[in-house]
Amino acid sequence: MNKQSLEIIINGEKYSLAVEPNRTLLEMLRDDLELTGAKEGCGEGVCGSCTVLMDGKPVRSCLTLALEASGSHVTTVEGLAQHGELDPLQQSFIDHGAVQCGFCTSGMLMGAKGLLLENPHAGAKEIRNSLSGHICRCTGYTKIVEAVESVVESSKEKR
Amino acid sequence: MQTVLYVTDDQERKGNKEIMEEFTVIGKRISKVDAVDKATGRALYIQDFKLPGMLYGKILYSKYPHARIIRVNTEKAKALPGVITVLTGEDIPPVRLGVYKDNPPLKAGKVRSYRDEVAAVAATDLETAREAINLIEVTYEAVPAIFDPEEALKPEAPLVHENHKTNLLKMPWNLHYGDVEAAKIEAAFNVEERFSTTWVTHCCMGTSGAIADFDHADNLTVYTNTQIPSLAQKDFQETLKVLGFKDKRVRVIKPCIGGGFGSKLDTYAYEHVAILLAWRSRRPVKIVFEREEEFCATSPRQPTVTYISMGCDKEGKLLYRDMSMVLDNGAYTSWGATTPSVMMMPITSLYRVPNVRYNAKCVYTNNTYSQAMRGYGNPQATFAIESAMDMLAEAAGIDRVEFRRINSNQPGDVTPQGLKITTCGLPECIEAVSRDLEFGRPREKGVGVGLASLIHVGGGARIYKSDGCGTIIKMDDYGKVDVFTGASDMGQGADTIIAQIVAEELGVKVEDVHVFHQDTDICPWDVGAHASRTTFVAGNSALGAARKIRHRLLNMASETTGIDEDKLTLKNRAFFADGKQVLPIGKLLRGSHFKPRGEMMMADNFYDPPNENMGRDFSGNMSATYSFGTHGVRVKVDEATGKVEILDYIAAHDVGRAINPMLLDGQVHGGVLMGVGYALTEQVILENGRNMNPDFRDYKILTAMDAIHSKAVVIETVDEQGPFGAKGIGEPGCVPTAPAIANAIYDAIGVRIKDLPITPEKVLAAIKKKNGAVSCGIDAFTQKEQPCE
Repeated sequence: MNKQSLEIIINGEKYSLAVEPNRTLLEMLRDDLELTGAKEGCGEGVCGSCTVLMDGKPVRSCLTLALEASGSHVTTVEGLAQHGELDPLQQSFIDHGAVQCGFCTSGMLMGAKGLLLENPHAGAKEIRNSLSGHICRCTGYTKIVEAVESVVESSKEKR
Repeated sequence: MQTVLYVTDDQERKGNKEIMEEFTVIGKRISKVDAVDKATGRALYIQDFKLPGMLYGKILYSKYPHARIIRVNTEKAKALPGVITVLTGEDIPPVRLGVYKDNPPLKAGKVRSYRDEVAAVAATDLETAREAINLIEVTYEAVPAIFDPEEALKPEAPLVHENHKTNLLKMPWNLHYGDVEAAKIEAAFNVEERFSTTWVTHCCMGTSGAIADFDHADNLTVYTNTQIPSLAQKDFQETLKVLGFKDKRVRVIKPCIGGGFGSKLDTYAYEHVAILLAWRSRRPVKIVFEREEEFCATSPRQPTVTYISMGCDKEGKLLYRDMSMVLDNGAYTSWGATTPSVMMMPITSLYRVPNVRYNAKCVYTNNTYSQAMRGYGNPQATFAIESAMDMLAEAAGIDRVEFRRINSNQPGDVTPQGLKITTCGLPECIEAVSRDLEFGRPREKGVGVGLASLIHVGGGARIYKSDGCGTIIKMDDYGKVDVFTGASDMGQGADTIIAQIVAEELGVKVEDVHVFHQDTDICPWDVGAHASRTTFVAGNSALGAARKIRHRLLNMASETTGIDEDKLTLKNRAFFADGKQVLPIGKLLRGSHFKPRGEMMMADNFYDPPNENMGRDFSGNMSATYSFGTHGVRVKVDEATGKVEILDYIAAHDVGRAINPMLLDGQVHGGVLMGVGYALTEQVILENGRNMNPDFRDYKILTAMDAIHSKAVVIETVDEQGPFGAKGIGEPGCVPTAPAIANAIYDAIGVRIKDLPITPEKVLAAIKKKNGAVSCGIDAFTQKEQPCE
């Protein structure tokens, strides 16, 4: 298949790439750019492990063609920490015991980040609803939801 | 026995404060040592590994559940550009896998299930490997197949393994302690019932995978998802021998594992296929499962059919328990076949019961073959036992909580099987659930409460001749500690617990300790991450090694400072005397070898717990101590739809001591939700051996929306044998969940569901049957009229 050119900004860095039209965003991130933080858990958009942000919105990178992301800003879990500082969500996941095997973690974080970018005051129900597209087999979700709630709470306190 | 009760969720501790305050690290909510790597995408899983020159392997599976392989034509696949190697069962020497060694990694002559591996390809990229698999032409001749284990026992049933002469595995699981027949006559109240459980699967988020790589001297390195690095090394060594390589080195490297839950307690065909492809191609070969493959070609928890009868005297004291089971082994034999050994524990020893009989038959069928899954037989056995406990309490007219109080295990008991109960927080667990769930609360329509308890191995389990684990510790010149453990972390937090234990003993901080757990070239031997044994066994092993180092450090510090050893304390990275710091650890360590006749600070320790293999009559104290727990649940049942809603859930566990309450919470909440899935939604649907729901849309794993409000209550009994008093807690969280829910449903609407999972369809059918209906409508799956059964 003929490769097509693609301009994209990933974690703040500009890339000029050539990819096959059937290459998914996930394959491009993991295999071509060695950004392996996004995981393939199912390859069909159900488990949420491959979630990244595209222009601030969470997308399933396994169902998104790389070319669809042309011209957009993509953020992966590797780009979540800024200037050596962990994102409050990352810190909260670590502090609350929301990480066990860790395979779903990057997708959970990106899903939660997308939610909080859209609604920084999301309540428990909204958080649960939003994360219901992310499967975790280890934690029973309790600590993950608490971790996100805690970030919402502390952002309220700061204001 | 010191009992400390606290609710971990509220971070509220009651009871003996002094014991807790003497520790700086133990008992603290410390973040997992690998959490930062996992939250920043740095942690590497098998999916993330790439070696130079690596090929990608794919496996072709059978199209029939039972068939002769007439011909395999690989010519087209071999001709495809990019294809390096194609292998069939005819191309490989006789490698055999599994407990019974009845499973070749590639099948020749016959397939016995849909997941049978028929051929494999290694190609320069994944796309080519997939394409090549589709080009392989296999001609089959289907033969009669058998899918029901009870049917498979009949003389006319087709044989899955002709050489075996029968479908019944030659594993005589029979025990009888006391006199069950006499007790049946003596009993004032009796119950008798049939229960069944179905196939459920681990659903690890990281799919299975392995990379095999030979060096020029034919030494083999395997990167693989395994809970048993040392035993996997042995399996791979055997495969090398069959390939004609003698005295070669096998190195097993375990990347981060995306969930274990028992699924990785054996080596599998795909690992050996990767080795065979690497052997033939002389290049590294990687095989990683796709999700559908993970559902179809990994081994689920085995289904059971259980017949139970149980009786008690007029006062409600249990007199006997009589159980028999048929287990679907599937087409090959892995650790599913030996789960009756652990089922024996709750059957003989959950509550005091003097006369016990148990018989289990494991049966070959043409279904997928079964394997260990969290609880290892205990969830299946406890579902029958605890459902029947409620039935018997009702028959005897005794309150369900009281009935369990009367029969509770107590410290110092020796059970009929010879299990020596040392610490036992079961009475406290029952009380905690009874109090918290307010069993006496006024009734609401459609709302009910239920409870169920558990016993599980908490001090290792002597399944093999050794139940041991090795540890090596070395300290560097700056007081940093490297711990090389045999233990396997798979996300549960073994390396954090080990770091805490070592840090506590050596007076350093958790971040000073680095735990290596992933490489057989570096780490000592261990029997594997099973039986909730890691905190207890690997923890004790690490503690023993750390003690040796502590002793030498104090000795040297005394020599250096001239202060008596017993006046020195080791904490906060330094030695203190009379409350003042006298010597930092780093300075002592540097001085110890920067001198003539210097020494390095290293120690090793192998710990094998004081437990016993089972004897011929299956008796023996299989674990050094036992974990207990009680779960209670309040449900609301919608009588119009059959939907069960969980309103409250409380899980009380006797854990010995909570080394890290945050990680403990994680094991309990995660275990409970897995147990709720087992109870209500999860089922691998096999239709004539074929997996009909191999994806997350149709296999109903619970999500954040379904997640229940569960409360973890921790009972600390501080076990003398455990490291700092801890007992195992990895599996118990999912053991009593299903019967607690079934009991609550009965309490709510008066129908008892005896077959898992308790789907709305089953609840509705049971309600209709109770109300006298005959037909329960069309089954969505079979499209047939369903009788109200």
